Amino acid sequence: MSTNKKDPRARETNIKLDINKKIDLREILDGLENYHSPRRPWHWRDNRNVERKIGDFVYLETSDSLKNSVPLPGSRGFGYIDPQPDCVITTEIASGRFEDDIRRMRMCAWQGADHIMVIRTAGQSHIDSLLEGTTQGIGGIAVTRKQCRATRRALDLIEDEVGRPINFHSYVSGVAGPDIAVMFVEEGVSGVHQDPQYNVLYRNINMRRSFIDACESKKILAYGGMLQIDGAHNANATAMEAWKVMPELMVQHAINTAFSVKCGILPENIALSSVPPTAPPAPCMRLDLPYAVALRDFFRNYKIRAQQNTKYMESETREASVTHTLNMMISRLTSADIQSTITPDEGRNVPWHYFNANAVNTARQALNGMDGLRTMVKIDRDGPLGDTVRELKERAILFMEEILEVGGYYDAVEQGFFVDSGEYPERNNDGIARELDGGIGVGAIYKRDPDYFAPVSAHYGYNNVPAEFDCPSDAIGGDTFADPTKIQFIDELDENDNVNVRLDELSKYDEHPNLIRPEVEFRSDGVIVLTLLLPTDERRAEFAAIALGEKLGLKDCTVIHKQVMHPAEGTYIEMKGIVDFDIDLDTLVIPEKIETLSEKEIREDIHEHPMTVVAATVGEDEHSVGLKEILDIKHGGIEGFGIKYHYLGTSVPVEKLVDAAIETNADAILQSTIISHNDIHYENMKKLHDTCVEKGIRDKIILACGGTQVANEEAVKTGVDVGFGRGSHGIDVASFLVKKRREMRE
Amino acid sequence: MSERKSFEERRAHLADKTDEELFQYFWELTDRIVAPMLQEGRENTTPAVERSILLRMGFSSLEAGPIVNGVMERGLMGKGAGNVVWRLSKKLDLPYREVGVGLANGKYWEEVDGLFEEVAQ
Repeated sequence: MSTNKKDPRARETNIKLDINKKIDLREILDGLENYHSPRRPWHWRDNRNVERKIGDFVYLETSDSLKNSVPLPGSRGFGYIDPQPDCVITTEIASGRFEDDIRRMRMCAWQGADHIMVIRTAGQSHIDSLLEGTTQGIGGIAVTRKQCRATRRALDLIEDEVGRPINFHSYVSGVAGPDIAVMFVEEGVSGVHQDPQYNVLYRNINMRRSFIDACESKKILAYGGMLQIDGAHNANATAMEAWKVMPELMVQHAINTAFSVKCGILPENIALSSVPPTAPPAPCMRLDLPYAVALRDFFRNYKIRAQQNTKYMESETREASVTHTLNMMISRLTSADIQSTITPDEGRNVPWHYFNANAVNTARQALNGMDGLRTMVKIDRDGPLGDTVRELKERAILFMEEILEVGGYYDAVEQGFFVDSGEYPERNNDGIARELDGGIGVGAIYKRDPDYFAPVSAHYGYNNVPAEFDCPSDAIGGDTFADPTKIQFIDELDENDNVNVRLDELSKYDEHPNLIRPEVEFRSDGVIVLTLLLPTDERRAEFAAIALGEKLGLKDCTVIHKQVMHPAEGTYIEMKGIVDFDIDLDTLVIPEKIETLSEKEIREDIHEHPMTVVAATVGEDEHSVGLKEILDIKHGGIEGFGIKYHYLGTSVPVEKLVDAAIETNADAILQSTIISHNDIHYENMKKLHDTCVEKGIRDKIILACGGTQVANEEAVKTGVDVGFGRGSHGIDVASFLVKKRREMRE
Repeated sequence: MSERKSFEERRAHLADKTDEELFQYFWELTDRIVAPMLQEGRENTTPAVERSILLRMGFSSLEAGPIVNGVMERGLMGKGAGNVVWRLSKKLDLPYREVGVGLANGKYWEEVDGLFEEVAQ
């Protein structure tokens, strides 16, 4: 080997992402066999919790801002600021096709996610080997080397695009845990779930096998500097009465945590997967907060990954978002190092693109909103909270005492101690019991002989390394952890079920980028959702909705959420269906986007030729915020360019507005209407034009009308000069006024 | 099972402990619970552990599986699958990767028999 060889883990230089172009998946797959991502220890956000001025505000719990992102919608009122919270934000992606996961990851990174978890397809836990290739999964993907490498390669580019490292995360569980752990270190995965108790309780993998494998897995994770999340939250999701398992949750967290430390994982890389156990309409804050405090007391040396409650999630996305927000209030009142998110549609289907984004935004919004809350609101331990905290801790300790009394962990599992719905020490005898000599992988345990030798690094336990070697992997001239070129890359094993075939099937969209079809999960899957209120009872509404969808030409109509508004008056329905046609972007008539003049040019024009306008919200309409934003200097309104305005207020009659224009010799009238029932907004525009004609000033005055439901094309038809819709700014209006005045002078 | 002691009965010995003492005791109990499993991990190996060693040595998953199966069939798991490959490569004076790929394809197994007795002597 030559010594000046290129570093095999050098950063990607051949591919560049262009913000205005879709990621090219074929480019990502090309040359993948030789791609090695730079080493990937876990990354916390940079410069957390320093006082930071962003826009008009001081933040106490933020981190470095992003280079590229999509700010929250509400940021419009605050100069489009996008404060990035202090904690890492997780999104869990599980379409079943990794190539579509990648596109979703890019969208989520722009919404502020920096911990991207890929969910494994069902059944992978029981495969006694690594999987290879890129087969399609159900409710997740087959986690393989190729999938990991391609995803990591894409994330390496995406993180450069947004300007923040992204943690890539998956699962080290099942009967091939150590295999997967090795592959993850090699492929740049930086966060994992690893908890032998999960295998035992939920995957029925033999207990001894599970813990022996876990020793090796954890040692490998420690080597990779990965962050580990445990599996205790599953007890919460599985127990019949989740609010009673809090003592057990602490026991499970403790077992995996102590076990991990002893295997070499650093405390700062151990995160508890903690879920507030209950949800409304239970009085969840009062139940969940003491538990959160007790947990953080006992686990003060470790990290908290705050997951969201899913146990009580139904098909309503709004309800899920509220529960999530309450969960984040607990995060902000106590602490969270990672704020995880569950998509609000998880109660109805495998997560869709935009629900991943919605969940990340719920986190961003709530965490921004509660920034620094603890400087004003404190946990009161002197009341009922303190008593409950103490009681939870004592119950957890008693649980552990009983484990030791009956002979240890294995005996306790055999006796069904875990996931029992009784609040310890009560028992309902509905726990999950496993036999020591049962389960998957039983019997495949071998005692190491005195001359046992493993010629690799990061190996746990007894290893009779020959004396001539400083470290065991010297025996083979270094292992794959030292030299990634030793890694064997397997491309595809199934010639029909793989990414190349899937990309070919959809190649029409690569060859004709002008063709688009809606999608929620897979590329151009055609799925759309109709939101309806049907004035009938629940049962009939469901079938009426399907009939309606079919009549509209939708295929495979399925009601995904229904909610009674009143037993007879109406039912709210969300229904998905599939459209089987493309839209050709080339055939669309898209009005040209009007370019605004520069701020400088507008200012100079107004300075030379001063301008006065009158403005009001007309009709029976009390909305004022939009118009004030257009006018006020504070909001980037026209005043900032030197335009003088007379604001008459809300619910002003059109005639009065015109009279005021005449009185002040105004250059323009700005008329706002938000209310749009029966097209009243356009009616008022017509009235404005007609009145100006009647009073003989129409050819001397500019008429500009605005409102959230205003379309320029429709506005102009009424006779006014321009209509400004949602998203218009002061500069758009000022620019138009200057241009129009120049035109009128010519 | 119906005779279980209540929380109040069980907690008597904890009542006087400070929060800090509870913290220490909690982790002391945890360490006692996990100690036997850690010991098992130190002294034993499994097919998954051995496959993970072969992966780190630069074998693919398709090669690691058959090698470990062959090692199990010959009762040599106690030696370590990586060890089998490494020692055999020394014995045959061939690169270890070539030897391992051979084993995965059913070659060289006759050479494995007696490998450890010879070296142990």
